[in-house]
Amino acid sequence: MARELWDSLIETLEGLGSVVRFLVRLIVATPRALTRYDLISQQIFNSGALSLVIIMLSGLFVGMVLGLQGFQLLQRFGSEEALGTAAAIGLVKELGPVVTALLFAGRAGTALASELGLMRATDQLSAIEMMAVDPIQRVVVPRFLGGVIAMPLLAAIFSVIGIYGAQLIGVQIMGVDSGSFWSQMRAAVSLSDINEGIVKSLIFGVACSLIAVYEGYNATPTAEGVGRATTRTVVTSAVVILFLDYLITAAFL
Amino acid sequence: MFTGLDMQIQRGQVTAVMGPSGTGKTTLLRLITGQISASGGSIEVAGENMREVSRQDLYILRRRMGMLFQNGALLTDLSVFENVAFPLREHTDLPERLIRQLVLTKLQAVGLRGAADLMPAELSGGMNRRVALARAIVMDPEILIYDEPFVGLDPISLGVILRLIRRLNDALGITSIVVSHDVQEIASVADQVFLLSGGKVVAQGTPADLKRNPSEIVKQFVGGLADGPVAFHFPAPNYFEELLSRSEDL
Repeated sequence: MARELWDSLIETLEGLGSVVRFLVRLIVATPRALTRYDLISQQIFNSGALSLVIIMLSGLFVGMVLGLQGFQLLQRFGSEEALGTAAAIGLVKELGPVVTALLFAGRAGTALASELGLMRATDQLSAIEMMAVDPIQRVVVPRFLGGVIAMPLLAAIFSVIGIYGAQLIGVQIMGVDSGSFWSQMRAAVSLSDINEGIVKSLIFGVACSLIAVYEGYNATPTAEGVGRATTRTVVTSAVVILFLDYLITAAFL
Repeated sequence: MFTGLDMQIQRGQVTAVMGPSGTGKTTLLRLITGQISASGGSIEVAGENMREVSRQDLYILRRRMGMLFQNGALLTDLSVFENVAFPLREHTDLPERLIRQLVLTKLQAVGLRGAADLMPAELSGGMNRRVALARAIVMDPEILIYDEPFVGLDPISLGVILRLIRRLNDALGITSIVVSHDVQEIASVADQVFLLSGGKVVAQGTPADLKRNPSEIVKQFVGGLADGPVAFHFPAPNYFEELLSRSEDL
């Protein structure tokens, strides 16, 4: 039992070391990759624009639920006017970055991992190397940067749509005063709240994109290997996002 | 995987590397191209020792090589034209007009100029291999390496690829290395043949030399015989004993 635990610990540490080495390779290749802005903008489109529908829909529904739950709760204390503040702080600091990152891992992360895994399985990455082109710089870094840039933008859109959803339910349906909803929100939500959300979504963007490209690039070149890489991308991303969320929240307190 | 393997590939010739499945032909190609590193011995390609070459020098060397992968390995998110243009765009600053002319010239050489706007998913297996060949020669390489170029091809595509190998070799003055186990096909275009088995060269020479070779293993391979030094069956317990023991278990 102790032996198994020890082996498992060693394996985990080796995996972590491998991810860190991979991240260093990405960082080293980034300056030259940045000159290929056409490749990066294509990946921002793939990871960001193509995730917009699911992000906007989810943001709307999460905001609507917040509006309902928040109204029910605040009504007990006679402070329904604080609904805008509650919804905005909840979305900007917490739900926006976290739910966006989870959705991003499920949509863009899996797409990245399976695309790179299939490129590995069909020798496309080997062919790129044989053409004297570094696949990390040409293929992986633009995808990584695309995800890192897209995540904060998606989180911001999620929060804005979420606030609209909360307003829709709270003001339009439950009858909370519109002026109170918006003015209390403006007075209570500070720049540090927004900064916390931005920092979180940036860090989640790095984590999700790194996990996706790492798993895809190192996938076993078989159908099963690509499937495993895709599954691991979602599972690892979800755990890492929630763990990092706790750490960042604690750091901002 | 290899023991005492000694091969010299002549410049400007078509050299075939043949051998039974699992004998390490593709591994040999990966060693020659520096995709993997040998644990011992020495491999010299165009004056570079592949065991000691730096990553930068390896990339410089690879610009002088072209490789046709078994499945073509076309980039699936790029069109046929862009696939062939890929090395030019990555390594040169040529104007778009010149890139277009070069790409169309190479596509014309493989008979697929009309397919320039198609995506790889719209191509047949043979067309896929020909586009990959156009991409492999677009930088005018000195060494062209083919990994199992005939696998899964219909007779027409096979014949076309076969003629292209010879024609490109002669017209461009390049050195071609073809890994294949299609004995008759490759014998018709190769200048020199190496037959590998058990991790070493068991026969070498011209295709005619190979046909005259009295060695049992060469006769088995060239004749496509089931019985011979190369076992058809993977090592296993006695067939009848295993069948009977299984039936008793049931």
